[in-house]
Amino acid sequence: MTRLSRFNVVSLTLGFAFLYIPMLILVIYSFNASKLVTVWAGFSTKWYGELLRNEQFLDAAWVTLRVAVISSTIATVLGTMAAYVLVRGGRFFGRTLFSGMIYAPLVMPEVITGLSLLLLFIGIGLDRGVLTIVLAHTTFSMCYVSVVVSSRLMSFDRSLEEAALDLGASPFDAFRLVTLPIIAPAVISGWLLAFTLSLDDLVIASFASGPSATTLPMKIWSSVRLGVSPEINALSSILIGLVTVGVISASLASKHASLRRQQETQAAARTT
Amino acid sequence: MRRAALIAVPYAWLLALFLVPFAIVFKMSLSDIAIAIPPYTPTLKDGLAEMIRAFDFENYVFLTEDDLYWKAYLSSLKIAAIATVLTLLVGYPMAYGMARAPEEWRPTLMMLVILPFWTSFLIRVYAWIGILSTEGFLNQFLLWTGLISAPLTILNTAAAVYIGIVYTYLPFMILPIYAALDRMDGSLIEAAEDLGCSRLSAFWLVTFPLSRGGVIAGCLLVFIPALGEFVIPSLLGGSGTLMIGKVLFEEFFNNRDWPVASAVAVILLLILIIPIVLFQLNQQKQAEADR
Repeated sequence: MTRLSRFNVVSLTLGFAFLYIPMLILVIYSFNASKLVTVWAGFSTKWYGELLRNEQFLDAAWVTLRVAVISSTIATVLGTMAAYVLVRGGRFFGRTLFSGMIYAPLVMPEVITGLSLLLLFIGIGLDRGVLTIVLAHTTFSMCYVSVVVSSRLMSFDRSLEEAALDLGASPFDAFRLVTLPIIAPAVISGWLLAFTLSLDDLVIASFASGPSATTLPMKIWSSVRLGVSPEINALSSILIGLVTVGVISASLASKHASLRRQQETQAAARTT
Repeated sequence: MRRAALIAVPYAWLLALFLVPFAIVFKMSLSDIAIAIPPYTPTLKDGLAEMIRAFDFENYVFLTEDDLYWKAYLSSLKIAAIATVLTLLVGYPMAYGMARAPEEWRPTLMMLVILPFWTSFLIRVYAWIGILSTEGFLNQFLLWTGLISAPLTILNTAAAVYIGIVYTYLPFMILPIYAALDRMDGSLIEAAEDLGCSRLSAFWLVTFPLSRGGVIAGCLLVFIPALGEFVIPSLLGGSGTLMIGKVLFEEFFNNRDWPVASAVAVILLLILIIPIVLFQLNQQKQAEADR
């Protein structure tokens, strides 16, 4: 099926234009000298300067980064455990409830997740701040990690683990030396997903946080409600730039790894 | 022993931070509002029997009496449904074009679809404020081409909410449809054409039915989150576009009526059960078809 008709070309061009033009405009106008966001008044990087001098934004960015690193790391550990239990754990009491609790947060509206966590934190008298945001983010992102990791666990050959066990490895060693290296790419992409979800989240953080901690999306939200501002354009451009570099380098790295694996397989086939 | 610990840790985490909070919401929806901090009558301390006696459905009755709420539910359903159809109309041709593109382009096209998904949701919605406002880029462009003589009002209308939903959820529609089309055997189309089918009828009789699983998955992946959407209607919609996610948020933070907000949440969840079950069934069917 490799005959691109004129219709295909037009729909792809228009579709990608629709996806990318808004972000492109945002980036271009972040270099606008004027405070009026929709009128071009010459090139300037002053909004980036203003942004770097804005303590509130820097504080919020620091809170967000800490929350994202901690919550995505805990979520990766818990999510990988959950995936392993679901795929390899066999039957145990309450398995249906467990898998239900893994999948439910994926489709739960954010406002409901946020509301329910807030009521819990107030109910047990936990002061809302960085800790509660970390707990909230870990809870929903561990479910995403577990879905990513369990699809990898399901697709790989179980006899490798069984061979390790037969050869005398303890279950823990078999996991560490055989299973973990095989599922590592899925664990890493699970961590990246959890990290991005945490960086991105506005609604759940708004519920889970108190006056002592403001995340970057919450800060953006409160200034965006007042309208478009050039500082937010600059901030958005930085974030778009970071994501673009990250995604492109991740895909190049995975392409490189799969090429190398192919070459190794071919080399191995030649020697035997 | 190790196995028990492996099961217990994530299990306990989810019980404590997913199931228990949800039970609290349910309990709260049956409580009465009180002028206090926190603003509800705490019923747990007075013993279980007392607590159950104090429960009533008065918040739910209140929801049916005040037409703000059922109007918000209906309007959310309508907006989510229309937006899903629009996303399908934009997404299907793109997924189709990707599936027919030369093999070596496909990873790049895939990456171009996924990249916006990794970019901040809030920023992608924000980008449209500058485009759709009265003095925004779209109006400037349309005035410049001479298509219109006075600027259009798009921001703060339902149209802006539709654009926002289509824009932000487009990758969720494209990816499952592309996956379904990519799996399809190209020789089926050739066979249909050899047997005298026109290209259009080959599409309707062969391609589209074979991609139906992907279409259903994509539609539900857009519809389910769009129904409870809060950011898009708050930033792009005006006071005229009611959506239940926004009502819930405002009920909670502005009116501080927690019991009613909890009742709103419980009903929203009940509405969502139907599309979620449909999605699960569709995924199971897909998985069986693959085997």
